[in-house]
Amino acid sequence: MDSDLIVQILFAAVKTGTPLLFIALGEVICEKSGVLNLGQEGMMLMGAVVGFLAAYGTGSAGLGVLSAMLMGCVMSLIFAVLVLHLGANQVATGLALTIFGTGLSAFIGSGVVGQTIQGFQPIAVPLLSDIPYLGKILFSHDILVYASFTMTFVLMFVVNKTRIGLTLKAVGENPHAANAIGIKVLRVRYLAVMFGGVMAGISGAYMSLVYTPMWVENMTAGRGWIALALVVFASWRVGRIMLGAYLFGLASIMHLVLQGLGWSISPNLLAMLPYVATVVVMVIISADKFKEKLLAPRSLGKPFDPRQMA
Amino acid sequence: MIRIQARTEPSSLMKVASPLLAIALTLIFGSILFSAIGKSPSQALHVLLIAPLADSYNIGEMFVKMGPLLLCAVGLSLCYRANMWNIGAEGQLLAGALGGSAIALYFVDSESAFALPITLLAGIASGMIWAAVPTFLKLRFNSNLILTTIMFNYIALYLLIWAVHGPLRDPQGFGFPESAMFADSTLLPTLFESSRIHLGIVFAIISAFIAWFILSKSHLGFQVRVFGADEPAARYAGFSSKKLSWFVMLFAGALAGLAGVSETTGPIGQLVPNVSPGYGYSAIIVAYLGRLHPLGAIIAAMFMAVLYMGGDLAQIEMGIPVAVVSMFQGVLLFFLLACDFFINNRLAFSNQATN
Repeated sequence: MDSDLIVQILFAAVKTGTPLLFIALGEVICEKSGVLNLGQEGMMLMGAVVGFLAAYGTGSAGLGVLSAMLMGCVMSLIFAVLVLHLGANQVATGLALTIFGTGLSAFIGSGVVGQTIQGFQPIAVPLLSDIPYLGKILFSHDILVYASFTMTFVLMFVVNKTRIGLTLKAVGENPHAANAIGIKVLRVRYLAVMFGGVMAGISGAYMSLVYTPMWVENMTAGRGWIALALVVFASWRVGRIMLGAYLFGLASIMHLVLQGLGWSISPNLLAMLPYVATVVVMVIISADKFKEKLLAPRSLGKPFDPRQMA
Repeated sequence: MIRIQARTEPSSLMKVASPLLAIALTLIFGSILFSAIGKSPSQALHVLLIAPLADSYNIGEMFVKMGPLLLCAVGLSLCYRANMWNIGAEGQLLAGALGGSAIALYFVDSESAFALPITLLAGIASGMIWAAVPTFLKLRFNSNLILTTIMFNYIALYLLIWAVHGPLRDPQGFGFPESAMFADSTLLPTLFESSRIHLGIVFAIISAFIAWFILSKSHLGFQVRVFGADEPAARYAGFSSKKLSWFVMLFAGALAGLAGVSETTGPIGQLVPNVSPGYGYSAIIVAYLGRLHPLGAIIAAMFMAVLYMGGDLAQIEMGIPVAVVSMFQGVLLFFLLACDFFINNRLAFSNQATN
């Protein structure tokens, strides 16, 4: 392989990893507050279809992204009310959200299947894009990719260095202790779940406005689920989410790499690769039982009822 | 003042009433939605609920759709009872369809009486393998069962698509990604003239009764129930969670595999890429709607099959996208989970302000 091809592959890996980065950043914040939202795939699909419809209707990709963010937030609120106020099982509620989002997105998007729009165009960052190799790989993307870089670094700072991050972790580790020192546990969890929804919305919009600028039923193809695996892969650390997203991006475009090496394998078998990679990664990461127990937020998946004190 | 009060004991009335209430609320939601998009709600409800049962052909089709839903849901009910979050019924179904078809195509020129039983067993075994791998990974490597079973759904789907484009493709099929039609010796017999109802529904109902018997009459089932109700107690009693996990997962995989092979050897008669319209996912809702009880799943699967039929009819007669079915399924589960809140809580009416 020549260096041009390698640069092209890494560029594509960043682009393919970007929707995973957005949605996994949202999920990690949600999980850090102790809430497991399996509805990612449904929220992402709703973000994709609403983002596309808004951009198609108004001609503005920016309005598309805003609408997708709002839609993701609304979807996450349905989940939050059921799980946080009614104490519903988080696994079942998340699945319901995904099934609902899959159906509703196909329903409202049925009129625009196959239409195309003008999505975001790449913008080369002045100076930075002139760096040999790295400039092409990292700094000649569209604006949402730069937003995802910024978001990663902001979240790393907020989670690790600020009081907000401390509050979030306290709620996820021990909600009863957090409650005892006056933190409004449910309010923190609401905000964390909504943040997850907004990020899933952007992630969906990236799929339908940039990655393949059109709407097709089920176009996210399990990326919402892969994002959940990514959080485990990153052992709930924001910084590692970025690395993981690009590695998974690379796994998804492995066919380019293999073609570059002169291999020819059925595209349908190659389509399996990201899912197989996810399973392999899950196994490697989780094999150390002690480590996972140490890293996962301790109250993850458990409901918190302020009326009952433990 | 109305306020929410925790019940001292879970309400057994609400446990039964909650699914019925959820269905009623879903239908109200449906009527509002249909009027919002300018369709007559009464016509929509008629198409969704009455028309699927209006004539004997449609009733037959309802049983055809009910079979795979029930097979998958019975297995999932046992899994969820044992706290094994198997989301992989869809993949196990597809694996069953794929494995069974590979064998059925081997018998394509055969009239052997063993052809059908061997084909069915191959489907069952494939479903079990598809459930066994994530189970092994969970028990041995502690990997998240929800995520691995979901990944296996996608892997099964792409494997199936690869197979119908490649090794199992019909050489005389004009390039369509489909297998050859199966021989009569590997087709499930239909039960009645002029209907597509086949043996699959019999398998499903028998499996529900077997699961009910295991769950309520056997020691193994007792252990599953204790695990679901009170895990620490089950561990204290020395019940092996490993053994129970293997049992419920393999049982669920076998039933989902049977569902898959029953579709290809039943109404379809060949392997096609869209074997399942998401039966494995819908079965999760069926399992919940049936209160994780194998016999409850029979009634819930019947309702869900009507909803599928209604979705098809709504598309044909009213031009409504068939995706409304999964949307309604999601809404149904939302309402069910919300109504379940009142199993452990109740509304208290009083004149006093809350303190």
